[in-house]
Amino acid sequence: MKLLVFAVAALASAQESYLIRNATLHPVTGPEIAGGSLLIENGKISALGAKVQAPKGVKVINAKGLHAWPGMINCATQIGLSEVSSVRETNDTNEIGEFIPQVRAIVAVNPETEHILVTRANGITAALTLPAAIAIGGAPGQSIVRGQAAMLRLDGWTWEDLALSPSAGMLVRFPTIQTVTFGFPAGRTEIPYAEAKRRYEVEMRKIDEFFERSRRYQQAKKAATESFLPDMQFEAMLPLLEGKLPLLIAAQRERGIRDAVDFAEKHKVKLVLFDVRKPGTQLARLAQKKIPVIVGQPTDLPLDEDDAYDAAYSLPGELHKAGVKFAFATYDNQFARNLPFEAGYAVAYGLPMDAAWRALTIDAAEIFGVGAITGSLEPGKSADLFLTDGDPLEVRTQVKMMFIQGRNVSLENRQTRLYQKYLARP
Amino acid sequence: MKNLMLLLAPALLAQEATVIQNATVYTATKPAFVGSVAFSGGKITAVGDKLIVPPGAKVIDGSGLHVSPGIIDSHSHIAVQGFGVNEGSVSVSSMVQIKDVLDAEDVAIYRALAGGVTTANILHGSANAIGGNNQLIKMRWGKTAGELLMDGGTNSIKFALGENPKRQGNTPAPGGVPRYPATRMGVEDVYRQAFTEARVYQKKVADFKAGKSPLAPRRDLKLEALVEVLEGKRLVHCHAYRSDEMLMMMRVAEEFGFRLATFQHVQEGYKVAKEMVRHGVAGAGFSDWWSYKMEVADGIPYNMAIMTKKGVLAGVNSDDAGLMRRLNTEAAKAIRYGGLTEDQALALVTINPAKHMKVDHLIGSIEPGKSADLVIWNKPPLSTYAVPQKVYIDGTLYFERDKDLSERGRRAAAKKALEDQLKLDAPGQQKKGAPPSRRDQSGEESAQ
Repeated sequence: MKLLVFAVAALASAQESYLIRNATLHPVTGPEIAGGSLLIENGKISALGAKVQAPKGVKVINAKGLHAWPGMINCATQIGLSEVSSVRETNDTNEIGEFIPQVRAIVAVNPETEHILVTRANGITAALTLPAAIAIGGAPGQSIVRGQAAMLRLDGWTWEDLALSPSAGMLVRFPTIQTVTFGFPAGRTEIPYAEAKRRYEVEMRKIDEFFERSRRYQQAKKAATESFLPDMQFEAMLPLLEGKLPLLIAAQRERGIRDAVDFAEKHKVKLVLFDVRKPGTQLARLAQKKIPVIVGQPTDLPLDEDDAYDAAYSLPGELHKAGVKFAFATYDNQFARNLPFEAGYAVAYGLPMDAAWRALTIDAAEIFGVGAITGSLEPGKSADLFLTDGDPLEVRTQVKMMFIQGRNVSLENRQTRLYQKYLARP
Repeated sequence: MKNLMLLLAPALLAQEATVIQNATVYTATKPAFVGSVAFSGGKITAVGDKLIVPPGAKVIDGSGLHVSPGIIDSHSHIAVQGFGVNEGSVSVSSMVQIKDVLDAEDVAIYRALAGGVTTANILHGSANAIGGNNQLIKMRWGKTAGELLMDGGTNSIKFALGENPKRQGNTPAPGGVPRYPATRMGVEDVYRQAFTEARVYQKKVADFKAGKSPLAPRRDLKLEALVEVLEGKRLVHCHAYRSDEMLMMMRVAEEFGFRLATFQHVQEGYKVAKEMVRHGVAGAGFSDWWSYKMEVADGIPYNMAIMTKKGVLAGVNSDDAGLMRRLNTEAAKAIRYGGLTEDQALALVTINPAKHMKVDHLIGSIEPGKSADLVIWNKPPLSTYAVPQKVYIDGTLYFERDKDLSERGRRAAAKKALEDQLKLDAPGQQKKGAPPSRRDQSGEESAQ
């Protein structure tokens, strides 16, 4: 009997209901609601509006002067897989093997990573974690099909809890014709164009062949003949071939983008492009084919010496104008928390504010297939949201409170603890 | 007559007097106000809410705009990247000069300028305990390397602690020999050895000058720079992450009777703020870097706030050509993390770094007599949305956003013409004579 009471209490606390009152609500998918209320029940947003009836026993949060926003989504990190980037033992990225689609990021995510706590403290409730580096070109021998990325919600006891989407995309290193490479300790290495082209063609043939073999495996499986033998590698390719999983390819420039789009069309797979910097004439094609883009960091330097000084800052504005669906990413863990400022710089250089918010939330969620679950303040969606005292894209703004799946999660981390400890040092 | 001449002389020397009116002015030393800034002859001449416009002065309407001092980056490696920033073959390289390898055509200069930066300290790298000598430059894009050098700047040298200087002791280049030291213990020893040698050299020179010794000592450029450190004539900017190594460095400096100017990066400065204040060393570092190596495990974005609250003269810098362009919002992070005021935050990238480099009598704030290094922003300078519209160095307009935008068409056409020319000059039909130099192209790109 005692045990039963305890269990009921635990269940109740896990699903505590909250009514956030007097907040300016920014649903992103609908107009702003001044002095609004938002009700969280069973981990979900159950109602929001100018007036919401408070059910009995609900915990009321007076959010006067505060703003409520859907949690932001960082579309490229290695959260949970990499703790200290230069210490190999703390990294579980970059598995060996040229074609390793069966390798899954989600199973190696350390739920206790400090990066979760530090990142979410700035209003980010979800992050895509990648099994390997986003690589442009790359050297022969590095993996080509690099494994499955996972979309994490940034709160949970285990990686199963964290899995907003355990498999959100297949990361592929797409070959490019690359004459100059930079590495350590060799530094700058240059090879003749003919050699670079030869290497490119070798890799292209390999990757084409692998996709064709995967397609034949799919057909063989469907035929269910007696001689059919299961194969983990090809099995992992099926969701991709069935259009359930997108191909994730980094392509910065016009030529790389064109090749990737051609490849996805040829093999009839969905595509999400990463680290796009100079789409050039491909911009219209991306819009027309509705290929989503994770934009290169606005705060990165322009790619080429003679690019406009603000080329990277202003690209999101140009993508928006051209009608390309896009989202933001930091491409690392260290600065994953700075995602809102990346968007802020894009706004400073021409991206409309409402488009920035779509890119940070609902568009990012939709690109990775979790748009029905998270990414906006709407009834029925997971209560993944945060409260601030102002505009989250401004550096000085303070995040006051955060909910993930309706849980009022802590915004503390090792850094805030060290702050308190040493501020108090006599 | 003589008096009149004196009055006229500055005006004759100068570029025309300019007054920016009705702008919100952030002086970096006093609270912001709406008013004017006047400058001529490269210097700020007056600052106030109502200024009388001198006859013939150029008036800029600053309504709705914001004026701050030029941003100062106290840790940068731009304009030397292509030439190597580390003389890392030895653990003491105090004989080398960053000044000798400046590249005035590095586009990073223009990009930094477009981010509101007017001055940067170009530091030697951190591959060795005692690195080379640094160089203060102004972002005078379009000028020669010699013209980038900041007049009146104090000489300084780079020191480095921790993982970087001991790296070559642990992981030498393939085929190479490990270079001492391999531990933080060895790093301390390198300093004590070097300054012991420097003291002997100092005495030899002094004895010769005093006539006590008939023989002039053989000139040693390596030890000469260290003697300048001992004599307080050369500032020390010391790369440091952990509190233990900072404490060690302070004690070594005290043992040899000199004071460090700054700890650079200073990730754990917040742990030894008290000791830093006592030694008199400032702290200049990143706003929020962490997790890229072990020695930054305790890097916290509250560092600037704690150091400031505990009396350390703190500053934010970039060490990165990209980050350098947005030091204004890097400074604003000290408001977010630890609650500094706006004025304190702006000081982190203006007057404080000027003090770190002992040039605060020349730059770092909007005060009469200082260089007219000014940024006109469209939004308050600590805002993410703030975009520099005009940047002046010594009163000369070096960056103008409108001009940059309006010249893009012409620059694109010029590039295309060059590309077409290259096609004509394809292999086999190459004409005699050098291809167009980068200098010619940068003329096209110059905001000047």
